Amino acid sequence: MTTGILLQIAQTLAAILLAPLLMGWVNQCRAWLQGRSAPPITQPYRTLRKLFHKDAVIAHNASPLFRFAPYMVFACMALAAGLVPTIANDLPFSPAADAIALVGVFALARVFLALAAMDIGTSFGTLGARREMLVAFLAEPALLMVFFTASLISQSTELPTIVETLAHKEFVLYPSMAFAAVAFWMVSTAENARIPVDNPTTHLELTMIHEAMILEYSARHLALIEWAVALKLFTYSALGIALFLPWGIAPQGELNALPLAVLALVAKMAVGGAALSLLEAISAKVRLFRAPEFLGTAFLLGVLGMLIHFLLEV
Amino acid sequence: MTLSLTYHLQVVNFLAAMLLLIAFAMLSQRRIVGLVTLFAWQGAALSLSTAIVAWSTDQHHLYYSAALTLILKVIAMPWYFYRLVKKLDVDRDVEPMINIPTTMLIGIALVIFAFNLALPISEMSGTVTRSTLGIAMASVLLAFLMMITRSKAIPQVIGFLAMENGLFFAATSATYGMPLVVELGVALDVLVGVFVLGIFFFQIRETFDSLDLKHMEKLKEK
Amino acid sequence: MEIYWVLGIPFTGGVFLALWGNRRNAPEINALFSFLTLLAAGLLTARIVEHGPLMVGGEGWFFIDPFNVFLVALTAFVAFTTALFSRPYMRIEKEHGRLTDKRLRLYHASYQIFIGAMLLALTTNNMGILWVSMEAATLATVLLVSLYRTPASLEAAWKYFILCGVGIALALFGTILLYFAAEKILGSGGTALLWTHLNGVKSQLEPTVLQLAFVFLLVGYGTKVGLAPLHNWLPDAHAEGPTPISAVLSGLLLNVALYAVMRSKVLVDGALGAEDGQGMAGNLMMGFGLLSVVLAAFLIKRQTDVKRMFAYSSIEHMGLVTFAFGMGGAVASFAGLLHMTMHSLTKSAIFFAVGHATQSAGTQVMDGIRGLIKTHPTIGWGLMLGTVAILGVPPFGVFASEFLIITTAMHEHPWATPFLLLALGVAFASIFGKVQPMVFGETELPRLPHQPALTPVFMHLGLVLMLGLFIPPYLATWYRQAAALLGG
Repeated sequence: MTTGILLQIAQTLAAILLAPLLMGWVNQCRAWLQGRSAPPITQPYRTLRKLFHKDAVIAHNASPLFRFAPYMVFACMALAAGLVPTIANDLPFSPAADAIALVGVFALARVFLALAAMDIGTSFGTLGARREMLVAFLAEPALLMVFFTASLISQSTELPTIVETLAHKEFVLYPSMAFAAVAFWMVSTAENARIPVDNPTTHLELTMIHEAMILEYSARHLALIEWAVALKLFTYSALGIALFLPWGIAPQGELNALPLAVLALVAKMAVGGAALSLLEAISAKVRLFRAPEFLGTAFLLGVLGMLIHFLLEV
Repeated sequence: MTLSLTYHLQVVNFLAAMLLLIAFAMLSQRRIVGLVTLFAWQGAALSLSTAIVAWSTDQHHLYYSAALTLILKVIAMPWYFYRLVKKLDVDRDVEPMINIPTTMLIGIALVIFAFNLALPISEMSGTVTRSTLGIAMASVLLAFLMMITRSKAIPQVIGFLAMENGLFFAATSATYGMPLVVELGVALDVLVGVFVLGIFFFQIRETFDSLDLKHMEKLKEK
Repeated sequence: MEIYWVLGIPFTGGVFLALWGNRRNAPEINALFSFLTLLAAGLLTARIVEHGPLMVGGEGWFFIDPFNVFLVALTAFVAFTTALFSRPYMRIEKEHGRLTDKRLRLYHASYQIFIGAMLLALTTNNMGILWVSMEAATLATVLLVSLYRTPASLEAAWKYFILCGVGIALALFGTILLYFAAEKILGSGGTALLWTHLNGVKSQLEPTVLQLAFVFLLVGYGTKVGLAPLHNWLPDAHAEGPTPISAVLSGLLLNVALYAVMRSKVLVDGALGAEDGQGMAGNLMMGFGLLSVVLAAFLIKRQTDVKRMFAYSSIEHMGLVTFAFGMGGAVASFAGLLHMTMHSLTKSAIFFAVGHATQSAGTQVMDGIRGLIKTHPTIGWGLMLGTVAILGVPPFGVFASEFLIITTAMHEHPWATPFLLLALGVAFASIFGKVQPMVFGETELPRLPHQPALTPVFMHLGLVLMLGLFIPPYLATWYRQAAALLGG
């Protein structure tokens, strides 16, 4: 039990600490693919340090919610990172929430961020919040469909059971998971404000979604939000790995599988990050009014995955 | 979960799912070249799955069918279409007549319909790949939907050929393929059909200076 | 052996005309090949009449029984007379500058291939090959419909190709389902799709699968029959293609497609244990048939193009035949077969006359064609008599078959009779009202410089008249045998 708790803490901490590294790696890959000279992989850490050392500037009419939101968002992401089986499976904390609750945790963070964005009353903040809610409103059902497909296979919505079924039982090809995987990729680009739904590097008012919400933040608040963004990307990647490439995650109580699990995780994250930047490089950002179409497709693919499951795998 | 299928049959199931996925991708594809590429991929999935079924059930005539699909639908026809598109210079973004999300929703409804329709039949089938019959049926209906929603000549024809793909897949999955002589006949017909079409495209373009079928809506009941 | 001649001659003709079709005497060669086909078909018919059903080749690749041999004979006959008609007709088209030698070569070659494909569809025993040859027949005629290369003809050909392509793809799915059901009883391989084998075990075939298969086959082949609501291609293709093609499409292709439906129906009825042809298949056919009759009759009223109008009349009559076959039973099937024959002969005769009339008037619009009786008395009389015949005026044969169909309907399905009578009445009023001024109206049109080939017209109408007055006993027996095969 103690080892379990220790492992749980270690995994969560590792996620929090490594998340900016993944972000740095993605940015680096992207710079290479675009033919730019790449920033060092540790660039996100430097940005965070710089931001933490600055003095926060806050609008006069900001309510306490505005100050509170970054902490809430960060906490939610840290919680989510603790829930997803990253290195070891079936940690003591995982029964606290299943896949559906996990979606709720993400939603909670989003609600606070959107409220904070509207708090100051600038037009950009409201615009960003509105767009974010539009995207989230479409992305969440699709994400749920992906989870349902996986749950139907393993007959449980608990993430550890899903990983257990997919990784540690007899190998079976699940066609439904192929659909779920495509849907998941589409949803995660939307949720993480990546191309083709949003562009993390743009500050163009016509297109930005996520960046518009956090324009008013500075210093440590901004640092926390940036960190939470990196953590969200990390958690989503871990989630994707857990659902679609779960091989290597250490089964419950097998400590000697841990080194291999860590190695597998690093390798998968590296490949995943590179793939993400590659996909971003080759796809164009869709116009905002096409985003519903994009996410609608993701939802349909999720539904199709379930249908396929009923047809082929029962 | 009571899955006791062998691996190659899992692969066939997987390819069946891919076939459906590609059918949906075709529905949402706006560009003709993209459509041709997807069509080639669909042919490849079909050919591969036919070959695997042939291998796993030791049905030799299916190898010919697989080879035929590979040559015709993966190499010859896409190549021909690419050339046609280039020659006729028609590759632009085309908005379908019904917007894409609606089309996709109709598509899902069709898939559910097809699965339900296929269920009693696949229960009777003796083949190991029977559960894919529903997918084949769904691909046929989706291709049909694509034909209805497109107003350009080439996408309509690709829809038609995708429909044929679905039919071939149905034949493979439900009955291990049709008798060889029938399959050869069908392939011959498809081939002739495509060439007739090629001639036809040029005639249409010569006359209308476009391949948009919207110019061809004069013959109607008043 | 005759069967190989019947199939070999048109295909050889197709190849020959494709290679040497730009010679001056290509129309004569075309007619010659058609005549040889007719000769072979006659020999085949004689043999069947004498010896009964026949299976030829390998494990029985070809199967001839009274039902299809009657259609083979009809097909070969109309193909021959149409070739005779097309000889002067196409010459005039060429002189008017609407066609070139190259296109005539395409026309003649495709014509022979088309006839060959239809004959193959009729004689093959394999339901798969039946599908293949139906598709081949479609492909052979696509480029014929667009022969004039006008925008309208291209549009018609495109519609024809796509609609019939989709239809025929559905029929393929039906065939696959049929094979699926057959394979479990007959084992896999080439013989499982042979109709004779299927017919032998039809009561053991899985009914649910066969029902589904029949729905697909009916919708698929029904598209080619021109059954409403899948009839959209038919008026366009008839109106925009060259007239000889309209004649063979109407007179022959529709029959062959209906033949395919009937072959499937026999199997489904067997599987469902339907007595007397009554059952799901028959009801479906009756529904589609009735819908076509009514819809076409009301659409006829609105036509301004003469060929389009008669195309709708074809839909109406095919609907009537489908309805008759759907009712099943000895009398209705007999009437259906008779009506099929009458319609083929009469409708092609009408198209021949219409072809000459439009050629001399230079338009297909009915308002532009007036007073044929003064400018071209023979064409005028031909058109008038043909119209009267197709409208079911006694003593022409169409009257006999329509009378039989309607009395049977009154007896067995009284609910359908008012619809049928109403539709026939509407069709009668509108067609007669439109043809009458074309023939007897005032005009100052010049005379046609060429002597029109009206022998085929009067040959057909004479036959129709004769069959209306008196059906030779051997012919009646033959029809009865065929009707019995359809589950009568």
